[in-house]
This record gives sequence, structure tokens and C-alpha cells, in this order.
Amino acid sequence: MTTLPETTQRKLGLVIDLDTCVGCHACVTSCKGWNTENESAPLADKDAYGANPVGAFLNRIHSFEVKPEAAPAQTVHFPKSCLHCEDAPCVTVCPTGASYKRVEDGIVLVNEKDCIGCGLCAWACPYGAREMDPVEKVMKKCTLCVDRIYNENLPEVDRVPVCVRTCPSGARHFGDLGDPDSDVSKLVAERGGFDLMPEQGTKPVNKYLPPRPKDQDIDVLAPFLEPVTTAQGGFLGWLDRALEKV
Amino acid sequence: MTHHTQPEIDTSPKVSDEVRKTTCYMCACRCGINVHMKKGQVAYIEGNRDHPVNKGVLCAKGAAGIMQHLSPARLRAPMKRVGERGSGKFEEISWDEAYDIAVKWLKPIRETAPEKLAFFTGRDQSQSFTSWWAQAFGTPNYAAHGGFCSVNMAAAGIYTMGGAFWEFGQPDWDRTKLFMLFGVAEDHDSNPIKMGLGKLKARGAKVIGVNPIRSGYNAIADEWVGITPGTDGLFILSLIHCLLKAGKVDLSYLAQFTNSPVLVNEDPKSPEFGLLLKTDDGKDMVIDRVTGKPAAFDQPGVQPDLAGTLRRAGISHRTVFQHIADKYLTDTYTPEAVADRIGLPANRIHRIAAELARVAFDEAIEIDQPWTDFRGTKHEKMIGRPVSFHAMRGISAHSNGFQTCRSLHLLQILLGSVETPGGMRFKPPYPKPATAHPKPHYNVTPGKPLDGPHLGFTHGPDDLCLTPEGEPARIDKAFSWDNPMSSHGMMHMVISNAHAGDPYKIDTLFMYMANMAWNSSMNTSGVMKMLTDKDESGEYVIPHIIYSDAYSSEMVAYSDLILPDTTYLERHDCISLLDRPISEADAVADAIRWPVVEPDRNVKGFQSALVDLGARLNLPGFVNEDGSQKFADYADYIVSHERRPGIGPLAGWRIGETGLSEGRGAPNEGQIDAYIQNGGFWSSHIPDDALFYKPWNMAYQNWAVDIGLFDKPTPYIFTLWSEPMRRFQLAAEGHGTRQPPEHLRERIKLTLDPLPVWYPPLEDGHADPVEYPIHALTQRPMAMYHSWGSQNAWLRQIHGHNPMYVPTKIWEANGFSDGDWARVSSIHGEITVPVAHMAALNENTIWTWNAIGKRAGAWALDKDAPEAKKGFLLNHIIHELLPAKGDGLRYANSDPVTGQAAWFDLRVKIEKVRTPARSYPDTGEQVSPVGRGPANVRQKVGS
Repeated sequence: MTTLPETTQRKLGLVIDLDTCVGCHACVTSCKGWNTENESAPLADKDAYGANPVGAFLNRIHSFEVKPEAAPAQTVHFPKSCLHCEDAPCVTVCPTGASYKRVEDGIVLVNEKDCIGCGLCAWACPYGAREMDPVEKVMKKCTLCVDRIYNENLPEVDRVPVCVRTCPSGARHFGDLGDPDSDVSKLVAERGGFDLMPEQGTKPVNKYLPPRPKDQDIDVLAPFLEPVTTAQGGFLGWLDRALEKV
Repeated sequence: MTHHTQPEIDTSPKVSDEVRKTTCYMCACRCGINVHMKKGQVAYIEGNRDHPVNKGVLCAKGAAGIMQHLSPARLRAPMKRVGERGSGKFEEISWDEAYDIAVKWLKPIRETAPEKLAFFTGRDQSQSFTSWWAQAFGTPNYAAHGGFCSVNMAAAGIYTMGGAFWEFGQPDWDRTKLFMLFGVAEDHDSNPIKMGLGKLKARGAKVIGVNPIRSGYNAIADEWVGITPGTDGLFILSLIHCLLKAGKVDLSYLAQFTNSPVLVNEDPKSPEFGLLLKTDDGKDMVIDRVTGKPAAFDQPGVQPDLAGTLRRAGISHRTVFQHIADKYLTDTYTPEAVADRIGLPANRIHRIAAELARVAFDEAIEIDQPWTDFRGTKHEKMIGRPVSFHAMRGISAHSNGFQTCRSLHLLQILLGSVETPGGMRFKPPYPKPATAHPKPHYNVTPGKPLDGPHLGFTHGPDDLCLTPEGEPARIDKAFSWDNPMSSHGMMHMVISNAHAGDPYKIDTLFMYMANMAWNSSMNTSGVMKMLTDKDESGEYVIPHIIYSDAYSSEMVAYSDLILPDTTYLERHDCISLLDRPISEADAVADAIRWPVVEPDRNVKGFQSALVDLGARLNLPGFVNEDGSQKFADYADYIVSHERRPGIGPLAGWRIGETGLSEGRGAPNEGQIDAYIQNGGFWSSHIPDDALFYKPWNMAYQNWAVDIGLFDKPTPYIFTLWSEPMRRFQLAAEGHGTRQPPEHLRERIKLTLDPLPVWYPPLEDGHADPVEYPIHALTQRPMAMYHSWGSQNAWLRQIHGHNPMYVPTKIWEANGFSDGDWARVSSIHGEITVPVAHMAALNENTIWTWNAIGKRAGAWALDKDAPEAKKGFLLNHIIHELLPAKGDGLRYANSDPVTGQAAWFDLRVKIEKVRTPARSYPDTGEQVSPVGRGPANVRQKVGS
């Protein structure tokens, strides 16, 4: 068992806009690329060219269908990675102290040196956000690119998680969700951002913005466009009068 | 309890030793990338923030490029076939031997019958170079992959308005208020569309997605129109009907900037019936509202009259606009008349028309920017209609695709939303009308170059590529009466026609970067057989096949001589204004690729191999006067070649009279270094007064001449009435000396209407809609592109196999449940495949991901890889020919106007089968000339 800090100075996290995500997987492979090269151990792939390729990813996209009563079915793309919970059960379950939550920014990390690969944290996480590396045999999870966001070797504009930097549709936002005046907190307030599975009591820091209502009143009998063809002279009569005004 | 302890971690690790900036090639989008290097190796790839295409973002494919670069499927050296075709048995040889073999085959052809070389370059991004090579060789048989991709979209756009979508034009993402997306699979213009949609979402602008399948971009559309495949044209013409009926069209725009006011010959007996009246100097004629007299459309100060009429030499003339009103105001196009056919309630069509009208006219925008048009008229403001559209293969890959694409452009133009703020905007070198493009050339002289460029735009029967006997001159029958406006050629017909010897036999098939033995062909099993068929003497029916690819693809196994290409990080390329541009609406731009690492194998960029081969064949342009090789390699060509004096493949950093210049200028030896210094691209802004109304705006026209896009200002008006189409139709009606064959007469009359029309997809006339009631489509996933993704260790974990997605109605009717398999049959054949349920799908449509299925043994994958076992191609049941009519003739399964492959006309039936051990057909296994990939990937260059 490992303790969590009582409070954290900031609550860094992601805000993911489900109204804008097209499910392109850009965040998935950019994450794999950065964290393979820069994390302590690469994100490896077992049987990479074989019949059952299985690799470690810190971020995956799931697609769901939603079937409203009176509207066509919808597809929702749902990116999922560690939500850096305030009450992170993956930390408290860790027998070695390898899993921990940082005091200064709330990021949940794994100290790979101390990880014995027991897998308890993956069981404890209700979101399935941790993955055992099939080759390295250590637990992998989103680091919120802790090696980017403070990295003085990167231009300031690039000091964001790599998934946020690469997202082509701008569906991913990064910031301090503990600061009500931050851009991400305002976005959450404005768009009705929500917690994933709040009933689990994990108090996730990451928030999701819901899809906006779709297919509203699409088949209602709206007022038709007013015809001009019924007026005097039909269409050509209208055209002559209209051309006089042009 | 372990107490909270935090280890010290380094939050500022060194990122890389060096960043090398080049251009991505994981799809055809051509984004800028930063390649981070460690210890001289590629370590990590991200988007280039300064690049005009992607502005820093990068898609799933781009970010996984390192796995493509390091793929175990990379070819290692030139190879010659030692087993039977299709077996995959090869022997590695030297480049000298490879060139010797190629020269041995090609030299005699060039000296006797150059047309016996068919050179088709697939997904080539160097067409201005490869076509120049083919021209020098002298064969008429050259094209790239446009014919099986989206030529309908490109050609309809250029013929109608001097540009289409993607490389030619884009929505005004920053200003548009209503965006309609038609039939866009998830890749074309991949990152720009995603970035654009993100902008619309951030502003709360409405997105309407028209697509039978609600995935990807359509998943985030505010409104989904799950249309019946092949009926988009009818839907659009119904919207046009509603808008015209309500007078909601931009009369001022139509009168000034389109051929709506031009006068049409109305006399059915006249040889010029349906053609446009011209002035003595050949200009389109209008009636001037100021004088009431006829005038040239471009006469200074003229105000063209949309309602004009003229009787001249006993012949009545009325304007194009009056024809438009006559045609589309009829009850044929009322929402009530078309609703059932397109699968939408009539109210929905009325409502969308009203919404388009409201946004275009009630929410018009104005930019305070004076400008002057080509008639010398000054305009105080730029008025915008903030409605925009984008479309691609979903509407173009049908046999009615060309007219459907024309219909969409008619809709855009009636709303006044092309080249106006908030609408669609062209990207330099577009706008460029069809009349400013070359015509096709096909005249062969043994031992000499062709008489001009192969591909171009026909404007009537005189421009067709026909032999003196009236037979098709090209192996693919492009620019023949079968498809007279086939501007991109018809790569999908080459193997089939060459195998059938129709119109003639060839000797050597030379291809680049197109997986014709697999996902790039219709009727894949049939094509595999054609490639391996032998004649009575035991020789292959297609005697020689040369192929260039970087990877061990299916097509490699079916070739005799392999010229191994490099990966995209090991090569020079230019993304040229002479070719497929990367400009933005606000700026002209081009770019390069350069070897950020040198290949560690005995491989060579294909274009450099062509430079060598051109010299060995002594082709004009490829040798110096003393017969020595002219260009050391492709990079040397890029820098030193001039297409016209002062105009070369790259426009940036040329040598001007007083220093470095842009656009025009002499070659500069340091040009590629200058590009590298600038991040791999060059870009130059269009002046503010030239940003909109480009075809008519003299500030733009003059700027374009200065920068070298054209040599004199060429303002033009949009051609709603297509005279080229009317000329073909007129011939079919019996006018003129060059006449179509009898069997095509009626089809030409129907399909080459000078105004957009809708007719049912041609397959509907062959496949009984009762027996084959289901439409079957493919889409390309955003995380995978063509077949290249299959070898990618990361991407294949996202899309390792492809189910057939089935809508609820069909799912329930067949009693399907998860894990089931089905037999899917068309009139051409059948496949056995896994199924999956999808509710967000047109109720009569099934679909699957394209090019996920693989042949066992290809791409260095295990023979039991899911791509080979469960994956499949829909291609097997799409034939390249329509069923025989009993007249002994072959009718291509293509658009009768452009020859575009009609992939999406397919009709099928589906039935549940017992779960098999694998998907069918089983195409056997090929030997991998590169072995199999390693068991595990643990890629890390390390710090």
C-alpha cells in the first residue's frame, strides 16, 4: 500500500472534447513515438509482425455507437488514457511505492526501478488505463509527458503533452484543472465538462467535454422557401424584376 | 503502508541531437515533419509548426512513420525473378545488371514501337518528372493513379471552374458558417480537414455530413445525411431546384463571373446547336444590359444580361441561365419526386435548401477590401457567401460521378460561394481553367519523343486520342469515345486491356508505387491470373514487368525485375507547382524531401533510377550532347531542369537579375540547401487585394504572372454550360466528321449533357436490384493508408483486420450475431468474410476498410497474420468490366465521361455462413524475398 499526497499544488490534466474528436488515432501513435524514445523503457511490441501483435500503448481510442430514440444512431470516438485521479486507487494499491502521485502537479507516475510488475495497479484502475509492457514487463501509463511539459530543451510552445501538440482537430487541451481561472477550467465550465465514472470515487483530474446535440429537428416540417415562380410571369418575370435591382 | 515518496526525475531531458525537417509521405497529404535525430539515426517524428499544410499537427500515420522507415519489408537490392510469376522467388542483382535487363527490353521497343511500353506510376508525387521521361521515351501509354482514384472530382472541378478540392481548393475554414461534406473517406486532405473541422467546432459553425457511413469526420457532423450510395447528384439537383424556385441564387455573381449570361444556339438543325455564340475573335458572347446589344463577355464595363436573347442569322439564342432554369425547375427534381430514391424525407431536402439559402444570403459577410475585376470594374468590398463544401471519392467513384461532381460545383456557384469570403478558395497555381491546360498527345514516332504531354483536357472530338481507323490509341483507352474526357488516364484498365490485347498487345509493363496485384486493382483475383497467364508458346501474355517499390508488396511477387525504392526519409523529392501543389489559399508553396538518413541498403530513389535509365536509353533531355548522362540523380534534375526558361521544379530561391528570386529565375545550385535551411519548404504570401475572386481579380492575375504561374493574365468565367461535353454530345447526335461508334451513341447523348444531370449508376442496369439489393463500399481508415500501413508494427495493432460492417436491418434479417461470417456476392463473384454490426449506417449499405487484407507472405508479415487470415479485399467482387452484353465488346466499369473506376457502384447480396478457418478467396502464399519481421519490436535509439 502506498499513500497519496494530501493535496497537490496543481492539478495538471487533459480536457478531451468528444464533440471534436474524429477518432484518427494521431494521439495514440504520437504518444507511442515520444514515450518509446524518451521514457525510461520503450513501449515495446510483442509478435510485432506476427499473428497476435500486442504492444503497450499509453493512450487508446475506443469507438461507441449511441442510439437516440428519435434520431439516427451516432458514432462517438472516445480517447482514453490515465486520468491522474485525485484519489488514485492505482497508487494506494501499489505494494512497493513504485506508483506515486506528484505533490507539485498531481501527475501519477510509475517509478520503473521499483515496479515489480505485479499488475495490481492495473486491476485497481477502474478505467483500464494502465498497461503491462509485454516485453519489458513493467507497468506503463500516461506520464502527462512530464518530460516535455517542463522541458527547457523544448521551445515553450511545445511544453505540452505530445498528444495535445499533435491532435489535428484540436480536441485535446492541457492545463491546471485546480485553477478555476485556467483556460481548461473555463472550457470545462462553459461546455459542461464531466468526470468519467464519478461513482467510482476516484475524482479524476482529466475531464471530457460532451458531444453537442446532433441531428436536432432534422426532419421537422420547416417553412419551405417562398417560391418566386408563382408570381407574375413565372421565373422569367421574377428574373426581370430581380435583375432591375441588381 | 508505504509513505508518499517521490523520486527525483529529470523533467528536462535532452530531446535529440538534431532536428531535420522534411516532408511526410505516409499518405498523399504532404505535411511538414521534424525528424529528431539521435546518434545519426531517426529517433522521433513530429509535425513542423511552420509548415503551410499541417502547422505542427500530425496524424496517426505520420507519427508512426518511424516504423515505416524501419520496416522489415524494405527491399534491399535490385532483384530478378527466378521462380514463376506470383511465387515471390527472386535473386538479388546489381544495379548495373538491373539496368542492363531493362535496357535490353526497352531499347528495341523504343526503336520500333514505343507504344509497347506501358508506363504507369501509381501514387506518384513526381508526375511532372515521370511524364517527362515517358514523353522522351515516346510511348503514349503513361498515366498515374488518378483514373482509379478521384479523377471525376479533379476533372469536373477544372472543367467547371478551374480547380477542384484538396490540392486545388479548400473551404474558407476561418469564415465559413455552414459546411457540407460529401462522400469523404477519412484520408483525403487528412490533416487540413481535421484542422478545419476543429476550427468550425471551436466557432460553433454547423457541419452537415453527407455519407452513407457515419464514421470519422461524419461522426462529429452536427447533422448526418445517410444518403443512398450513387444518389448524391440527385440530392444536389433537388437542392438546386429548391433554391432556383425561391430565387435564392446570386444573380450578380452569376452574371459577372460565370457563363450563365452567354448565349446558346437554340436551332436543332444547326451544326452549332447547343454551342455558345462567339464574337468574331472567338470570345463568348453576352447581351450587355447597358446597351441591350451583344458584346464579348470580357468587354470593359459590360454588364452581362442573364435574361438576354438574340436572333442572329435566323437562329434564336437564349442564355445559359435560362436553360438552367428550364432544366432544374421541372418537377423531376422536386424533393417529393426524389426523396425515396435518395433515401431521405422530402422535408429534409427542403430544410437543407432553406438553411443553405439563409446562411448564404442572410448571413453574408463583407471584407473591406477594394479590388478590380478583369472588365476594369472597381468593387469597394469583397462580398462573401459563408457556405462551403468539400467532397471526394464517395461522390466521384461512381459511374455518374463526373456529373455528380459537376452538380455540386453548380450548387456552389449558384450560391456565389466559390472564391468569395466564407466559401471555397483556390490554391495557387489554381485557379486554372481547362483551356489553360494542355490537350492530350499520343502521336508516336519510333526512336523519337512523343509529340507532347500525354495527359490533358479534351474540348471536343478533335482532341480524342484515336488511330486513323478510329480505334483507341492508348492501351487504357483513355481519351477515346468510351470515356472522352479521361484527363488522368485509366490505370485500372491497363493490365486487363494488355492481357486481352485490346486495343493491342504490349511488351513491357513498367509500374511504380501501385499495388496492382492487390488493392489497387478491381477484380484482384482476375488480375493476378492475367499477370501469370501464358500464351500457346508458354510465354507470359504480358511478356515483361518492371516494378519499383520500397517494400515487399503483393505486386513485387508478380514482377520480373524489381527496382528497389528508398523509404521517404532516404530520398529526394520535390512537391512542385508543376505537379500536385501544396499551396494554401493565402499563399503559394512548394516543398522537398531530402535524405535525412542515407539508405543502408542497395536501393535508390525511383526517380534517380529513371534518370540513370533515361541516360542509358539515350533519351533526349537525359543526355548531354556528347552522350554522357545529364543529371547525376533526381536531386540534380530538381535543381537544374527548366521546364520553361526561368521556371523549374522548385519556385523558391532561384537566381534573379539582382539576387535570389521567387518563382521565376535561373537555376541555383544551392537551392536544395536553401530549402533545408527553411524547414523543407518555400512559401510566399498572396497580396491582400488578390486573396479572393482570383479568376477575375486583376491583382491576383498580375501577381500570378510575376511569380511565374502563367505567362500572361488569363481571367476566365466559370463554365456552367460545358461546351466540350456538348461537342461530344453533338457528335453523338450525328453532327461533324468524327463520329462515335454506334454502340456508344445513346450513352454519350445521355451522359455528356452540357448541364449537370443525374442517371443511375451503370451497374444498376446489370445487377438486378432485387437479387442484389445492398450497396457495398470501402473506406480508408484515418490510421492506415493503402497497403503501406500493413507492415507498420504500430498501425497494424489499430487496424489488423477488417470486418464487413452491416446495418441493423440487414443484421437482424440475417440473424447475425457477434463473431459471425457471411458470404457476400456480386454478379462478378463472392467473398467470405467476418461481419460486425453498425447502426450508424445507411440501412441498405454494407462497408469495410480498404486495403487491410493482405496476401500471405507479403509485407514481411507472418503467413498467419490477421491481415492474411481474417482480412479481405472487397476488390475481388468488383469487376473492371461490366458484364458482357453479347455484342463482343468490353465495357469498362468506369464513368463514361472520364473513365474513373466506379468502385462504389457495387451491388451485393449477403448470407450467413458457418465460420470458416479463414476469409475467402484464398490467394495462396508468396515467398518473402526479405524474410519475416523480428518477433518483438523494442525501438529506442536512446540518449
